[in-house]
Amino acid sequence: MNAHQQPTGSAYFIAPETAKAESHTLSILVNNEPGVLARVIGLFSGRGYNIESLTVSETEHEAHLSRITIVTRGTPTVLEQIKAQLERIVPVHRVVDLTVRARDLGQERPIEREVALVKLVGQGERRAETLRLADAFHAKVVDATVEHFILEITGKSSKIDQFVAIMKPLGLIEVCRTGIAAMNRGPQGM
Amino acid sequence: MTDDSNKMPDNQMTGAEIVLKALKDNGVEHIFGYPGGAVLPIYDEIFQQDEIQHILVRHEQGAGHAAEGYARSTGKVGVMLVTSGPGATNAVTPLQDALMDSIPLVCLTGQVPTTLIGSDAFQECDTVGITRPCTKHNWLVKDVNELAAVIHEAFRIAQTGRPGPVVVDIPKDVQFATGTYTPKPETAANVSYQPKTQGDINAIRAAVELMASARRPILYTGGGVINSGPEASKLLRELVKLTDFPITSTLMGLGAYPASGENWLGMLGMHGSYEANMAMHDCDVMICVGARFDDRITGRVNAFSPNSRKVHIDIDPSSINKNVHVDIPILGDVGAVLEDMVRLWRALPNRPAKAQTEDWWTQIHRWRARKSFSYKHSSDVIMPQYALERLYELTRGRNTYITTEVGQHQMWAAQFIHFEEPNRWMTSGGLGTMGYGFPAALGVQVAHPDALVIDVAGDASIQMCIQEMSTAIQYNLPVKIFILNNQYMGMVRQWQQLLHGNRLSNSYTEAMPDFVKLAEAYGGVGMYCDDPKELDQKIEEMIAVKKPVIFDCRVANLANCFPMIPSGKAHNEMLLPDEATDEAVANAIDAKGRQLV
Repeated sequence: MNAHQQPTGSAYFIAPETAKAESHTLSILVNNEPGVLARVIGLFSGRGYNIESLTVSETEHEAHLSRITIVTRGTPTVLEQIKAQLERIVPVHRVVDLTVRARDLGQERPIEREVALVKLVGQGERRAETLRLADAFHAKVVDATVEHFILEITGKSSKIDQFVAIMKPLGLIEVCRTGIAAMNRGPQGM
Repeated sequence: MTDDSNKMPDNQMTGAEIVLKALKDNGVEHIFGYPGGAVLPIYDEIFQQDEIQHILVRHEQGAGHAAEGYARSTGKVGVMLVTSGPGATNAVTPLQDALMDSIPLVCLTGQVPTTLIGSDAFQECDTVGITRPCTKHNWLVKDVNELAAVIHEAFRIAQTGRPGPVVVDIPKDVQFATGTYTPKPETAANVSYQPKTQGDINAIRAAVELMASARRPILYTGGGVINSGPEASKLLRELVKLTDFPITSTLMGLGAYPASGENWLGMLGMHGSYEANMAMHDCDVMICVGARFDDRITGRVNAFSPNSRKVHIDIDPSSINKNVHVDIPILGDVGAVLEDMVRLWRALPNRPAKAQTEDWWTQIHRWRARKSFSYKHSSDVIMPQYALERLYELTRGRNTYITTEVGQHQMWAAQFIHFEEPNRWMTSGGLGTMGYGFPAALGVQVAHPDALVIDVAGDASIQMCIQEMSTAIQYNLPVKIFILNNQYMGMVRQWQQLLHGNRLSNSYTEAMPDFVKLAEAYGGVGMYCDDPKELDQKIEEMIAVKKPVIFDCRVANLANCFPMIPSGKAHNEMLLPDEATDEAVANAIDAKGRQLV
């Protein structure tokens, strides 16, 4: 739900949102301190923004910096507002809209990758088929017994969606995905 | 062992001592608070010193609003101190109030000892979790050696950039522990928070050029001018004098430009003046100075000032293009930007001739002649507008500060009490907190002991923090509570009349206390007036009393607050007092507007 499209949340926003919503990937550099993730996601829930994917991890241990990657959806105005609101959070150093940056650099999209672990159980011919498909998708076997495999796959989210869909009839019982890690192409840093 | 080795080095002290020293080093003279188990070590330190005066309130909400009033009337940071659990949760309302009105506030909360955090201990709550969305920033300090640095940073964050409330949550064992006091740093340690005060000179130049070309300009100013300090108000006055532009202000910005000034159009917005709202709608260049296009200001957003190019000066980047798209955003402190603006305007090679805005002024005078704040006078009952007109006349020229609660009386106060200076008007604008005005008035009076401080109140609002009468008596704070008593939650009733077929659900106060006796019970002075002929004399009497006064001013019960922009309507669709017949009121808002707040 998007607060800016729902008139009931605020007093006078009855103008229907005519601009089209787009998915953007934001990179947020934050101090690695307690509560910082809560501040970021609290902002999204509190102001009615969407989170489609969220990834967070420390990236520079000495400098106590973490990088949060969020895929969110909204009209260009809302996306601009999300960026401004994030920048207002005290422990936030920088916010880069990677999607906008990619466009500015004349590229279609930023590089976006996701890792998934997929567990499959089965015997006989199904196992051979599983391995053939895993190979086709460049998925690696990271654990196995005579009755199961755990496969690791890296790629764009759409590739992982497809892989999971194909694996379903082959005994898929568990999926774990990391969410998106993203970066812009080219020699410039964030 | 020598004597020296027994003595602690000067910078070694307990957490509670660190708190007091850090407050002193940040220039604090008064704090508003309420003790409890988890802040006892700090209260023990307060007891053993006399540089900082602690004002004991009767409810933590009162402490917060008092600190807000203190901050708004002085430009300094307000400080409150409360205990863990209920102390902290009671502070939430003033924190959110300060957040929405951009008031610098440092709130210190006690917390259960670190070893008990997460155990559902007595009077434990997740204070940083609860206050995260209602503060600019907050901290839980688990290491006594970090305490001083956190408090210094708390003061910096509260008062720089767009000011706001911060919370420092201090577990009891940290208050007892001994650690190192670190002095206030010269330069800020936190690199991620560095607000920018200077505006982009190219943007300011573009704005000045646009202003010079305007035929129908308007200055729309807000609380940002007040927050920027007295210098910003001076610069604003200079800019108006130079440009001869008409100027209006939000509720928050009243006093930045004097109400007696020739270019003053009165407040704008839902209950603003006809001339201000019409000028906003019809202008060709709008210069928004430290305001944020709040929904009470804009009315229907897609019909808001449709033919103007807009300049927006704001220190908070998230305010730009949030509600209304602007053509020239200028990020920076109002004072700094206005200084550049005045300089660049003076340097214009061809300053616009007076004739350029002559037609515009003629039009504005026509709108002014509509006298949108007029009301029908009565010789039998006191009209609320009349009461405030008289209150203003009898207090003008004195050293007066006005606070309000929230509701009809607040809007009438904004319409009928006129301000010549900034920092004289304290009201809960963003959050609309009933119960704000009286404790805020106490905070103002603490900062200005010799001033005349009046809380314009409603009969419903005043009962939300009435317990602070006891505080007023204890500290000899001769605050005057001027209640416009109509026995209704007037604004609720007005909306029920507008939106809900005059079904007055729960908006009538059936069991009204005797305010005169109530004042006396607390040890204050109670006064009563229901006759317009006696009003002046009674108000004079009230001003003369050097004690807290509750003035029960009985006003016409069913008076409503006009003019008004009904929900979902545009600025040029105002409901004016002489047009507000029962039928017009009942049909003012269509089905779609009814869903709005």
